[in-house]
Amino acid sequence: MFNFILKRLAVAVPTLLILIILSYVLMHAAPGGPFTQERAVPPEIMANLEAKYGLNQPLWKQILTYVTDVTTRFDFGPSFVYKDRSVNEIIAQGFPITLTYGTISFVVAVLAGCTLGVLAAVYHNSWLDYLAVGISVGAQVLPNFVMAPILVLVFTLWLGWLPGGGWQGGEWQFLVMPVIALSTSFMASIARITRSSMLEVLNANHIRTARAKGLPTRRVILRHALKPALLPVISYLGPAFVTMITGSVVIDMFFSTGGIGLFFVNAALNRDYSVMMGITILVGGLTIIFNLVVDILYAWIDPKIRY
Amino acid sequence: MKRTLLFSFLLGTSLATAALAASHMKDGVALADEQVFTYRVLDDIKSFDPQINTDVDGSGVLRDLFEGLFNDDAIGDQVPGAAKGYTLSEDKKTYTFTLRDAKWSNGTPVKASDFVYAWRRLVDPATASEYAWYMELMGVTNASAVTKGELPPEELGVTALDDKTLQVTIDQPLPYFISMLTHSSTFPVPQAVVEELGDQWTRPGNLVGNGAYVLTEYQPGERVVRERNPEYWNNDETIIDKTVALIINDENQALTRYLADELDKTDVPAGQYPRLKAEYPEEAYSFPRSCSYIYFFNMGENGPEYLKDVRVRKALSYAIDRDIIVERILQGGQYPSYNFTHQATAGFKLPPIEWAEWTQAERNEKAKALLAEAGYGKDNPLKVTINYNTDEGHKKIAIAASQFWKQTLGVETELANYEWKVHTDKMQKGDYEIGRYAWCGDYNEASTYLDLMTSYSGHNNAKYSDPEYDRLMAESKTMADPQPNYTAAEAMLAEAMPFAPIYQYTGVIMLKPEAKGWPVENLMQNWYSRDLYITAE
Repeated sequence: MFNFILKRLAVAVPTLLILIILSYVLMHAAPGGPFTQERAVPPEIMANLEAKYGLNQPLWKQILTYVTDVTTRFDFGPSFVYKDRSVNEIIAQGFPITLTYGTISFVVAVLAGCTLGVLAAVYHNSWLDYLAVGISVGAQVLPNFVMAPILVLVFTLWLGWLPGGGWQGGEWQFLVMPVIALSTSFMASIARITRSSMLEVLNANHIRTARAKGLPTRRVILRHALKPALLPVISYLGPAFVTMITGSVVIDMFFSTGGIGLFFVNAALNRDYSVMMGITILVGGLTIIFNLVVDILYAWIDPKIRY
Repeated sequence: MKRTLLFSFLLGTSLATAALAASHMKDGVALADEQVFTYRVLDDIKSFDPQINTDVDGSGVLRDLFEGLFNDDAIGDQVPGAAKGYTLSEDKKTYTFTLRDAKWSNGTPVKASDFVYAWRRLVDPATASEYAWYMELMGVTNASAVTKGELPPEELGVTALDDKTLQVTIDQPLPYFISMLTHSSTFPVPQAVVEELGDQWTRPGNLVGNGAYVLTEYQPGERVVRERNPEYWNNDETIIDKTVALIINDENQALTRYLADELDKTDVPAGQYPRLKAEYPEEAYSFPRSCSYIYFFNMGENGPEYLKDVRVRKALSYAIDRDIIVERILQGGQYPSYNFTHQATAGFKLPPIEWAEWTQAERNEKAKALLAEAGYGKDNPLKVTINYNTDEGHKKIAIAASQFWKQTLGVETELANYEWKVHTDKMQKGDYEIGRYAWCGDYNEASTYLDLMTSYSGHNNAKYSDPEYDRLMAESKTMADPQPNYTAAEAMLAEAMPFAPIYQYTGVIMLKPEAKGWPVENLMQNWYSRDLYITAE
């Protein structure tokens, strides 16, 4: 097991490096640059700007400088567009926000999704099943960019219960709508996966045996069925968790939460090279880590799996 | 409303203290106890540094935090700000400004040297300001050479004669020089603070300004808060205590929050003005704003052959029914446009443009004839491409234009939608046929538009080039009254048609009835929190 983790971490280094180089090259290949504006910047000013941000260097040299700065000093450079701030600051300020609402949404999605899925499977073909399937299909087909404005319309404009956006250090009133909007579609997916996998497990031999020896249903489900049924759910949860904590542009856009999701998308549109790279590396690193965590969880849940 | 007014009035008189009454009244209207103004901005503020900022929302914040030599008043005329007044030399090339006794928000006096420092900083290659060209546009002596790194920043034509006297020399007389001084890139910065704190100087708590407000809170992506600066010279006349800019990316979301009373001002999403005006007649405003929307015709080397023929350019321009675009698509009171300069620009006199007077049917007839004359018709149909950047509004206008051209002229149009930066890059490299463009004035004078079409302008994406036009514009710089040259220049554009004018902008906003003082008559939309006030409901 220890060797496995070590091996995976060793592979992660070249993976990240390839990610950096590829993103850097692709980014520079896109037409336009951070200083391209409707109002063209005169050549002499463009030259000053490129000199200041090192864009006048050959591409290989830029990448080398960048990788060196990142690895030796953990310095992701200044933002090309939000000029008062560095990339480190933008991430340090925005990531905790995203992490907060992302983690809460994740917990809500997992709890609600698994509960719905298990109930639907256990009471297969009953009204409870139909209700659970109905809810999860409904949640799935309602994308968050449709749900977010509806939530604000209902809870802010009509009922006046919740503020229409903002963060204010993460007070609960500001968290409710982002969490609902972010968690529902994940919850729906989790519910569907749990349901189908649970249905399969409930028909397995060991469950029949457990029932035959007279165990109460509750015990059969919780003790013997749940763990194997969750395997496919867990493989879904790894990437889902990364997606949720690395920011949702929709949440940041509609609720002005100030997370990194919107900064990421704006960085791509603005050609803010350094911010784009910084967040790409963050997302890449987290993806690698959580895929590893999922693999470890697998081994823990299913003793048949050995690395 | 009436009762509150009466009540405050009675309260005011019964206490019989004129001072108290004055502090709760403005123009005879009772003021609300809480003077907080909250408005929406589209995107995060990119910088709080006057010499670094490049965008409109950022300038709005900077006008509160800093004060330039002059300010705009409610109708867009210039009134003294940090300067008390100025004298102009005989040759009209040397301005001497006298600064008023004012203090920075940290209590130290504002000196002429702070202006010198800021202006040099703008053109210093080490600052690498994207707006360094503004000092060149102002014509300050040696601005170009300093930007190019050929001369040290100390050679810029600005000097502090003493602590309260600032002298500026410009290359040639510029009739609208004073109106350029309200731009945020000319605002002073406190030399001592900037030098001490370096790039940390713009943080809340660090930022020291000479404006009516200080930056008290900045949550990136969420809000910017500025509060009254007690050191400001005109603090006694300032009414708003606190201004909050909420960063709300989605304009419909912003509108919902406005209707839920979370905002005092927001923008009206495209096409919603008629509905909002009907529902909230006292809150929906539409007023002229200095921007012009055009379709550039690429006449340059990389452009297509067909656009080199003036008859084709005219035919394409004539066939666009601007009334339909303005009334059916935009619906925000915009003006159908037949020229370049915004019609509300100060002092500007539009030449009689023949085709503007025709009916659309007449224009269509003329367009058909011109296109046939140019050799295009059923057997030889014209095929064109319109480039535009991703946006619902641009898309609708492009579709409308392609329909007009198809129905009237039988022209086949391909619509090419590009992401913003790609579109801009293509336009600037001349890699397009017909391209969407918008120009917003830097100052309230026609040359801010017309200079664009000179052959030496970096923004002339049409690559239109006519020595006579260049001469007119060059000459206008030294004229006592340049308006006749502007009129002549517009007439030349109408004849050469290097672009199809489409419409001229309006600002379309929702403003709470209690929030007063918004400068709807200021074409440049330079607004200041200290001119606003909230009346008691």
